[in-house]
Amino acid sequence: MSLLAQGALLAADNTVPTGEAVTFWILAPIALGGAIGMVLARNAVHSALLLVCTMLSLGVFYVLQAGPFIGMVQIIVYTGAIMMLFLFVIMLVGRHTRDSLIEVLRGQRLAAVILGVGFAMLLGTGLARGVGSVTAKGLDEANANGNVEGIAKLLFTKYIFAFEVTSALLITAAIGAMLLAHIEKKPGEKLDQKVLSRNRFTKGNYPGPKSGPGVFATSDSVATPAILPDGTFTERSVSKVVPARELTLTEARPKATNGNKQDGEIR
Amino acid sequence: MHPVIPYVLAAMLFGAGVYGVVVRRNAVLVLMAVELMLGAVNLVLVTADATMRLHTGQTLALFVIVVAAAEVGLGLAIVLQLYRLRRSIVTDDVGAEPASAEGEEEPVKVVA
Repeated sequence: MSLLAQGALLAADNTVPTGEAVTFWILAPIALGGAIGMVLARNAVHSALLLVCTMLSLGVFYVLQAGPFIGMVQIIVYTGAIMMLFLFVIMLVGRHTRDSLIEVLRGQRLAAVILGVGFAMLLGTGLARGVGSVTAKGLDEANANGNVEGIAKLLFTKYIFAFEVTSALLITAAIGAMLLAHIEKKPGEKLDQKVLSRNRFTKGNYPGPKSGPGVFATSDSVATPAILPDGTFTERSVSKVVPARELTLTEARPKATNGNKQDGEIR
Repeated sequence: MHPVIPYVLAAMLFGAGVYGVVVRRNAVLVLMAVELMLGAVNLVLVTADATMRLHTGQTLALFVIVVAAAEVGLGLAIVLQLYRLRRSIVTDDVGAEPASAEGEEEPVKVVA
């Protein structure tokens, strides 16, 4: 891809190289359509995926403009990390959260359309008039030792202070995000092993495993409760789901086993 | 290469981002529209870089990407906090009273 970019730079006179122009005219509508679809889509997941589309086209633009490194960073950081983070949060808060179409402020949407289109037109025409005659000189001089080296030279000499400040900012942001997303539990809220064990063996709680349904019974239906050693039914052995299905009360009632006199009586 | 095509494209992307920030109510989507505006600015920086024989624009774009990454991490953490507090991320409800007991639904009882 850097070959393509350098090829584009060699022909950096007034004429636009055909390959570059074709790429731009294919990708620019995709990027713009993705952006417009992103702000219009009702579903948040669709919005995120359309923005991924736009960001990928932007990455290709950067590569095309003699910036292969920044293009790769765009693809890796934006589409790889940031957009996936967005998708994570959309899934966390529920992807069914859709925007309502009801306007709270009257005429807000119309004003937003006018503002957005007007702003785009103002910037676009201003830029087109201002820089329409400017041609790219190309970065072949700055890219002489490779794009990465050119950026690194600037990054570690002229902008070293900004670079260090950015690293501090990243660490601060990481810690801040961690603190914000962390749920702090009150000391008494979380039961520790000791409390759990005590609760299990307190009076009234049966600590052993449940007996399966149909144990010591003549029927192996899941609705048949197990019989305890003293001859009584144990309700705990029957799943709560069984009576909850669409059965009549007589059907749902635990079935008695042969030879047991306490028909239907459950303890 | 005429830099005017990417410039105008960047202006339009920025306009779409402005529209998104103004109109969308979902907090995550507002953040995404902000990202779109940042992407448009990055395109301007990289394009301007190709018209000067320096790497200043690309370096600045790199910084912008890093700051955007940090911003998104913090912003999404704040959105998550908002969701925990209000059970919704609609920006209209931010000033409202927190829905204290509303969020916890009672388990649905199955009647036989």
